[in-house]
Amino acid sequence: MDNVINSIGIIIYTTLLYTPPLLFAALGSCFSENSGVVNIGIEGMMTIGAFIGATVGHFTGMPWISFLCGGLAGALFGALHALATGKLNADQTISGTAINFLAPGVAILLAKALFNSSDTVPLAPAEKIPLLLNGVFSGGTVWDNFFKNVLTNYATTYLVFIAVLVVWFVFYRTKFGLRLRACGEHPAACDTLGINVLGIRFFSVCMSGFLAGLGGASVTMATMNQFRPTSIVGQGFIAIAAVIFGKFRPQGAMWACLLFGMCSGLKIVLGSNSVISAQLISMIPFVVTVIVLILFVGRSHVPAANGKPYIKSK
Amino acid sequence: MGISPIAAYQRLITGAFGSTRYLSYCIVYATPLIFTGLAVAFSFRTGVFNIGAEGQFVVGSMAACVVGILVPAPSIVLIPLCFLVAALAGALWGVIVGFLKTRFGINEVLSMIMFNWIAFYLSNYIADLDIIHSTGSAEATKNVADAAMILLPKGLIDGLSLAPKANWGIFLAIIATVIVYVVINKTTTGYELKAVGFNRSAAEYGGINVNRSILLALAISGALAGIGGATQLLGQGGRISIFTAQENFGFQGISVALIGASNPVGVFFAGLFYGALKYGGTKLNLIQAPSEVIDIITGTVVFFIAISHIFRIRVRKGGRQHG
Repeated sequence: MDNVINSIGIIIYTTLLYTPPLLFAALGSCFSENSGVVNIGIEGMMTIGAFIGATVGHFTGMPWISFLCGGLAGALFGALHALATGKLNADQTISGTAINFLAPGVAILLAKALFNSSDTVPLAPAEKIPLLLNGVFSGGTVWDNFFKNVLTNYATTYLVFIAVLVVWFVFYRTKFGLRLRACGEHPAACDTLGINVLGIRFFSVCMSGFLAGLGGASVTMATMNQFRPTSIVGQGFIAIAAVIFGKFRPQGAMWACLLFGMCSGLKIVLGSNSVISAQLISMIPFVVTVIVLILFVGRSHVPAANGKPYIKSK
Repeated sequence: MGISPIAAYQRLITGAFGSTRYLSYCIVYATPLIFTGLAVAFSFRTGVFNIGAEGQFVVGSMAACVVGILVPAPSIVLIPLCFLVAALAGALWGVIVGFLKTRFGINEVLSMIMFNWIAFYLSNYIADLDIIHSTGSAEATKNVADAAMILLPKGLIDGLSLAPKANWGIFLAIIATVIVYVVINKTTTGYELKAVGFNRSAAEYGGINVNRSILLALAISGALAGIGGATQLLGQGGRISIFTAQENFGFQGISVALIGASNPVGVFFAGLFYGALKYGGTKLNLIQAPSEVIDIITGTVVFFIAISHIFRIRVRKGGRQHG
């Protein structure tokens, strides 16, 4: 029994360790997709955020400022995507693909310029995102250990769930959120009502870059302690998948991200006793997603104008 | 960093085109990209965005690898067999996604991302099986039988001082380019596929079976990517390593398709261009210039392709003033 409690504790711990980067990025994706802009460049925006976060962290030693800088770096590339897809009405997929080449290229190039290596210098514990409730649970008894696993987490873990609440509130309880979603459904109708479609889309795509950047920074500043070219491998795409899976709603994306995060956790727990191939276990989240889609979700409602540039008629 | 950009470009260009050896390296680098580029371009024409070329490439490569290791046969049987199973595996990977889309209405971009990862881990899993895994310490498969390899004859490679892994793949790529061109532009099927790409509802109204077209397009696209995987395997190392991250041939294929404007002939040359960049990029490290510049160049090119119609509109407006 104690073993079971312990294992569950470890699975929850690893789930909460792997979920925040995905969830930050997924919230970002929610912003842009709901406003009608496909943002496949999330992956690249996460990479630049991951690099800038770890780098600023190393040079300033101030974790929260660095975390924010990671987000701003993502927002910068978000602005590039927003400019291309908004005013210049570029193909959104192509522009996003370009970002996925540009941002990691820039990140590794800067890493080589600043550190003479493609990795950044590892952050000292004090330079990382702080652990909350650290030392409250000594880990002496089984339950104490369980709560230590479940509750002693990096502050980003707590922050990301607050962010879900905030994004949900903005989307469904504010006038701005209604307008944002309307821009994704019927931009022409919004325009006739005097809503600035391009402005809202510009803001949403920048916001998606900002959140993706935070997601990237939470990889290099919490889960790990440095940036490497392999820090962000596919998390951005998984986040996009989570958003589609979660029917383009922030709360849906949250459950999807938790599922992906839990599978990463299972991989570590099950992987330690090598009865099942680690490769097959790694496959679980992706197979599960497909099965869940077939059985329960089916045709998800895509914002009607998603992917279509809005060209204002003169 | 203090590296003269001129020196870097010089290095990039002499590194890529300096000798027959370098040139053949570029072609070797370009071959798989031409295939994934064609795969993505073909699907673009049908209005499906094949972000899954990555996975189709991987399963094709692995299928060819398994056959190349396990089937004892002479070259004349083994090589076509390897390519056939690679094409089938790639096509299957594409068709599954197409089926999920047409039967269950599942967003194809989502399921392709999932199937890319499933292919990735499946390949690693197969590479780890006892009968496939290398008997040595390498984290890779055994080498495929020599009879399965498609390298150019040793005499020719030495005679022209080509890259040691120069292979027949590029000729297959040329054939594939011609076939794709003909299918898209000269056949009824190609016309139907394009019609679906232009306007799905209109195509359906015109009596075209849209679901069948999507499945067919993804099957052909997947087969192309799968064959690309086989050429990479049989023309290069002859074995597959256990990877920790995707190799990105499929994602680079997206750029190749975009640079080639989804036109088969354009894709062929875009593939060569990208291959030269990739190979030239490896040379940049020699003068301590970072090879990531290549990603930045590619990204910039693709970005300008994305906003290119702005320039077109400007030109058209200019023309109108004259009239």
